[in-house]
Amino acid sequence: MTGTSLRTYLITRIALVLPMVFILLTLVFLLMRVAPGNPIEASLGGHVPQSAIKQIEHQLGFDKPLYTQYGNYLWDIARGNFGTTITDNRPLSQIIKQNGAATLELTFFAMIVAIVVGVFVGLVAGRFRDTWLDVGGRFFGILVYATPVFFLGLMAQLVFGVWLGWLPISDQASPLTAALLKTHTNIYFLDAIIDGNWSALWDITKHLILPATTLGLVTAGVFIRLVRVNVIRTLRDDYIEAARARGITERRVVYNHAFKNALVPVITVVGLNLALLLGGAVLTETTFNWPGIGHELVLYLENRDYVAVQGIIVLFALVVVAVSVLVDFLNAYVDPRIRY
Amino acid sequence: MAVEARPAPRSPHGRARLMALGRATKPIREARGTARVMLWAGAAITLFFIVLAVFAPLISPYGFSEYKSGGVRFPQLAHPSAAHWMGTTVQSSDVMARVIWGAQTELEVVAIALVMALTIGVPLGLLSGYFGGPLDRALVVVMDALFAFPYLLIAIVIAFLLSNSSIGGGILTAAIAITVAYVPLYFRVVRNHVISLREEAYVDAARALGARPRTIIRKYVFFNVVQNVPPIATLNAADAILLLAALGFLGYGIQPTQGAEWGYDINRAVSDASSGIWWTGLFPGLAIVLLVTGLTLLGEGLNETLNPVLRRRRFGRIDFEPLPEEML
Repeated sequence: MTGTSLRTYLITRIALVLPMVFILLTLVFLLMRVAPGNPIEASLGGHVPQSAIKQIEHQLGFDKPLYTQYGNYLWDIARGNFGTTITDNRPLSQIIKQNGAATLELTFFAMIVAIVVGVFVGLVAGRFRDTWLDVGGRFFGILVYATPVFFLGLMAQLVFGVWLGWLPISDQASPLTAALLKTHTNIYFLDAIIDGNWSALWDITKHLILPATTLGLVTAGVFIRLVRVNVIRTLRDDYIEAARARGITERRVVYNHAFKNALVPVITVVGLNLALLLGGAVLTETTFNWPGIGHELVLYLENRDYVAVQGIIVLFALVVVAVSVLVDFLNAYVDPRIRY
Repeated sequence: MAVEARPAPRSPHGRARLMALGRATKPIREARGTARVMLWAGAAITLFFIVLAVFAPLISPYGFSEYKSGGVRFPQLAHPSAAHWMGTTVQSSDVMARVIWGAQTELEVVAIALVMALTIGVPLGLLSGYFGGPLDRALVVVMDALFAFPYLLIAIVIAFLLSNSSIGGGILTAAIAITVAYVPLYFRVVRNHVISLREEAYVDAARALGARPRTIIRKYVFFNVVQNVPPIATLNAADAILLLAALGFLGYGIQPTQGAEWGYDINRAVSDASSGIWWTGLFPGLAIVLLVTGLTLLGEGLNETLNPVLRRRRFGRIDFEPLPEEML
């Protein structure tokens, strides 16, 4: 029974998400095309003969009527063709594969840091509400939230990179490691493990620590707030009162009954925060010169490469939507009340 | 016969307003414990930055792009000293002056952005939520799509597209970019609240009495909804500062000739860091952290005092006598 209803839920959810994808894609298209200025001219950086501009416009189909362009754009994305950049003629699929892997590595470890720090501090603060532990935990939460990720990154670079000299402050691996590492998944961390190349793994881990911790800490602020409020709310619930009335010790009430239920909404927030994390990743990658997709986005923005920018934005949109479906599915799996 | 809508002496009306204001601010005056501390600490920090922003020309020792004084050029990348309390940058400008003038830029942009986001988002949410229908559904789909998107990316794209246009990079561009990123938030909050209010008995009663939608929205719905706005707007202002700094850091904020911007300064400081120069990045960064902390404390304090779910009860927990051992 459960299997069927869960599958129905998933199918309904995916059907519902299609209009959202469509709207997002349309918004991106409209924004990029309706914007003032000639995108091709801008990306070529002026001083280019009109004929050359016309030729590239023709190649990219920019001279066709808007609705034809729109149709082609949707059709290309449906086939998984995100185009080729104007400035350096790189297919976007390659950017997604190579730089996307670097972003995935960074965000994955950052998310782990955020969840561990956020859940721990949030639980403690909520459990000991209005004690100095709570005040300290909340203040820590506000402080990490208030710190721009690039500022925290800069300070981390200064302290751990420049003054103490413990950790590298830029790139994903040393040039030598990167050159010698065999490519399996494009995710350096996994590639090193697959080959059992432990010296490379150590080098990669060292490069990962500062960016991942920086991004993770800044994201943790949201978790702290949420977990704390949830613990407080759960501890006020009737079933907790009932457990207390049955004479169960406060310790067991808190640890066995309250904490688990307080953590269920965290799944949703992990998903919602992916958007936040992606935004933060753009900044973290720029600070640490991390060759991720956000870093590429910034470079292509600087070069005013419309095709590249559009492709990366579309990719981000698809990732965000996919994660929201995944999160809803997980939630439905954990909490049967949610299913339609 | 001409109907005199208002009673001639305005004082009773005015007094009622005053009482309403008193009722509305009562939770703030009654705030206790942590909420009270947060509220006032946040207000103090925010006020400090507002003073810095307003009186920047008087407080700041130099202009934000001044690099010489009395014909003598300031030293480049000088350590903090008596002449330059926070040191100087690679362009020889005074870091402290840039931090002080930065307060003006940040608050100006964020104020413009919030006013624009509120004037677009709140009415849209009110109308969409109250009337429903196909327009509401279309708006919800578009806003949800935007809301799901990382708002930093929305802001970057908007700033990028506008920087090509005649508006160019500047305070207005940054403000518009931030506005677009936040409209969906206000729309959602207001719309969802309006939908829950629409079915309330007192709104039904007003409708049964023949009140027009305009009246219902204005007199019964608006003030209920608008109560939610101060905490959200304050927290949002904190967020907007971070967003503006992020835009500046990526080079899409305020152009250096137009004003000092902390995010931009930190971007410049990244290249200083590898040679151990800390003052060019530390002080603008601390300014961001402090201002955002202040606004967050203020917002959270407001939230905790106004939100009945979180509001601290006046009386504490009731403790019962522990049961004697033999009964367990």
